[in-house]
Amino acid sequence: MTTPDPMAEIRASFFVECEELLEALQDALAHLAEAAAEGGAADPETINVAFRAVHSIKGGAGAFGLTALVAFAHGYESAMDALRAGRLTLTRDGAALFFRAADLLADHVRLARDGVAEAPAAAANLLDELGALCSGDGPAEAADEGDFVPLALPFDFDAAGAEGEATAEGEAEDEADLQAKADPPAGWLVRLRPGPGFYASGNEVVHLLRALAALGPADIVCERRDLPDLADLDPEAPCLGWRIALAGDVAEGELRGLFDFVEDRADIEVAPAAADEAEADEAEADEAEAEPPPAPLEPAPAPASVAAPAPPPAEAAPSLAPDTPAPGTAPAPPLPAQGIAPAILPTPASAPAAGGVEAGATVRVDVDRIDRLVNLVGELVINQAMLAQSVAEAGLPANSAVATGLEAFMMLTRDIQDSVMTIRAQPVKPLFQRMARIVREAAASVGKQVRLRCEGEATEVDKTVIERLADPLTHMIRNAVDHGLEPPTARRAAGKPEEGTITLSARHRAGRVVIVVADDGGGIDRARVRAKALERGLIAPDAVLTEAEIDNLLFLPGFSTADKVSALSGRGVGMDVVRRAIQALGGRISIASDRGRGTRFSISLPLTLAVLDGMVVRAAGETLVVPLSAIVETAALAPGSVSPLGPGMGVIRNRGSFVPLVDLGAELGFRPPLDDAAGRIVLMTAQEDGSRAALIVDEIVEQRQVVIKGLQSGYGRCRGIAAATILGDGRIALILDPGGLMPQPGQRLPSGAAPFPPVPPPPEFHPEPRPAHAG
Amino acid sequence: MTDNRIADSTDLELLSFRLGGEDYSLDIMSVREIRGWTRATPLPQAPPYMRGVINLRGTVLPVIDLAARLGMDPVEGAARNAVVVAQSGPRCVGLLVDAVSDILALPRAELQPPPALAAANHGFVQAIALVEGRMLRVLDLDAILPPAPAEAA
Repeated sequence: MTTPDPMAEIRASFFVECEELLEALQDALAHLAEAAAEGGAADPETINVAFRAVHSIKGGAGAFGLTALVAFAHGYESAMDALRAGRLTLTRDGAALFFRAADLLADHVRLARDGVAEAPAAAANLLDELGALCSGDGPAEAADEGDFVPLALPFDFDAAGAEGEATAEGEAEDEADLQAKADPPAGWLVRLRPGPGFYASGNEVVHLLRALAALGPADIVCERRDLPDLADLDPEAPCLGWRIALAGDVAEGELRGLFDFVEDRADIEVAPAAADEAEADEAEADEAEAEPPPAPLEPAPAPASVAAPAPPPAEAAPSLAPDTPAPGTAPAPPLPAQGIAPAILPTPASAPAAGGVEAGATVRVDVDRIDRLVNLVGELVINQAMLAQSVAEAGLPANSAVATGLEAFMMLTRDIQDSVMTIRAQPVKPLFQRMARIVREAAASVGKQVRLRCEGEATEVDKTVIERLADPLTHMIRNAVDHGLEPPTARRAAGKPEEGTITLSARHRAGRVVIVVADDGGGIDRARVRAKALERGLIAPDAVLTEAEIDNLLFLPGFSTADKVSALSGRGVGMDVVRRAIQALGGRISIASDRGRGTRFSISLPLTLAVLDGMVVRAAGETLVVPLSAIVETAALAPGSVSPLGPGMGVIRNRGSFVPLVDLGAELGFRPPLDDAAGRIVLMTAQEDGSRAALIVDEIVEQRQVVIKGLQSGYGRCRGIAAATILGDGRIALILDPGGLMPQPGQRLPSGAAPFPPVPPPPEFHPEPRPAHAG
Repeated sequence: MTDNRIADSTDLELLSFRLGGEDYSLDIMSVREIRGWTRATPLPQAPPYMRGVINLRGTVLPVIDLAARLGMDPVEGAARNAVVVAQSGPRCVGLLVDAVSDILALPRAELQPPPALAAANHGFVQAIALVEGRMLRVLDLDAILPPAPAEAA
């Protein structure tokens, strides 16, 4: 609290945690909604997860004085609590409301992070709605709102503060000891012993005690047996325990529920009172011997440093001293004789089990650091390639020490690279969850019922790819809701359920990740698309277009500026922008539509933007790298195996289908087309959509891993070139994008090939062609 | 912008180089380094002035043939040619020139705006000056760089 930095850090990590909690919340809600839709009962554990997420956000927000966030989270939590307690059954509309509340909670968190104090506009309304949903428990809940005003937590770790904190905390805890000692009637005996990390995680015993006291008459005794001498005291380690005898008829579940958030940070025993009475008395006697209870202290006034004074917790905790100040804020009382001086050094004795508790198995690392690591590893790979080349040039035998050492080095480099890459990889789940929100909002604004099905959320993709995918995906999802799905009446007329389904899926395929956005709407009305394109002058009136070519008209820039084609056939609003964004990521987008059954957009993206396995080839004197993932096989062309198909165009037969032949050197403009392809080496490439092509190259040099270096933007995008890399000799080689090399139907009208027949990747090897090098 | 620069009274430091037997120059503040010519990897379907890309300590640097860009015969691409590495904002580019000649400081007052007729020049020349009886053209780097494509949203 004295230095701003630690606080800022804690604050930042709070917001990171919020992201995770919001994700968990979304997840839980999705499950609940699923259960509600199917009419089944909600899984209590799922409700708990959702509840805990909201509660933790509220708790953390309270610690940072984010009042707007606390207020909203509190209202939300109340509704959630009603759900948990079974007072509320989640209906479909209720689930929708909960989702909206979760979205709004995310907005709150974002605003709070950006330092905006006020609440998003819709907050109050939504809270009312939530209140109405679970009306009946509103007033009771409102009472303990005071619990969550900002608390000054003992985060102050500097030396001068520590002594004061420690003693102040001790004092505050003593107050719990001063509770009126009514005769303990039969009930529950609860032992609470905060473990390491209890206070540091923002928990507070006073709240627990108050909550306990609210359940019934409670006799609270502080156990100070383990309290070390002041000299040995670790100011940050909890060393007090509490024994609470709770009278009255309280369900064990309710009792344990209070400790939901602390059970992993404290030892908690709950037992029927009678069984433990003897032991308890003994313990009390023990304590009395050890130290006479201190004289009651006047409640200390909260010092000015507290952001807001803790208000009296009035009705919440009748058996507690009304003015209990928040621990850590009370000035240190004068202490008896024993020296205070060396109180700072933590001693093992006072921090039992401190070493035993791991801070979890994950570490949060700044993305910049990872990026630097990735870059360095990239350089390492280039360097290693250069080294390998010079060793080869020096003519050292393959079994020499240098060569074997280099081999090991190469494997190590590869391992490092793989590991670094996995650090950057992240599941697409958060992205998909954002899309779920887009679906909800878009559906609400156009008055359609839409369900989003997500598949393959665990698919991992490079962080950069995920980040840059959000915008185009948002656009596509909105399009799907707005134009893809028909209005409910039309759906009913078509014999479909009124609720439209949008499927968002991700999976790995051919070393890339394929993301599909599919709807079960009306599909593309090709006649209208064509008419619109004609009207806009995008195609010639007599152009003969295949269905795929018509579909691809949607990606034309001119098309996007069109006013909505119609609710039925729409699509194409800004699809050119989507396509550009996907291409900028080294990806491709394709479209497939079935009239009356829906439309599918498939995006294929590279897994990472940093390295790739490639085959180094030469064509027309230039060195090029072809991504290995795109190569199915390599072959030498036998004379007569090429069937001409129009000028400058040929196909070869491969596995029962015709594959168009592409002369790489000519296609890239490096040399005029070859007269005779016989005897040439071809690389058979296959795309995610099944299209294939045979690329003529002059020579296959080697297979190696290359570091992708982006071509600077601003020099135009070269068709067929994905990026560049630096070879061992320091020269730059271009990385080919075989899919981009193909003529795109609708984009470049038939000077080249017709769309390739979709052929599934061959299952096994053909005897005739020569095998690829490996892998 | 051009006018402001010229109106400034302080000296302008320029890196001068030769292209097709004439003298050209660039504001030295935009020049990062000068390298000898190495063969560039050509880019397919690139405009003729785009010589390709070279490896500049691990980054891919596009190289523009400045002579071709200004509508003259392309630079030969021999060992004596030089690549001037220049930076404009985030963009970095290599400019292939015949030879680098000198670094000179000129009072801004001596710079004249190019005559209006030179509009055919695409605004590549930002100013001209007389230095030892020879005409020195000061190039506008931003005009030389190919236009950036519209940002993909």
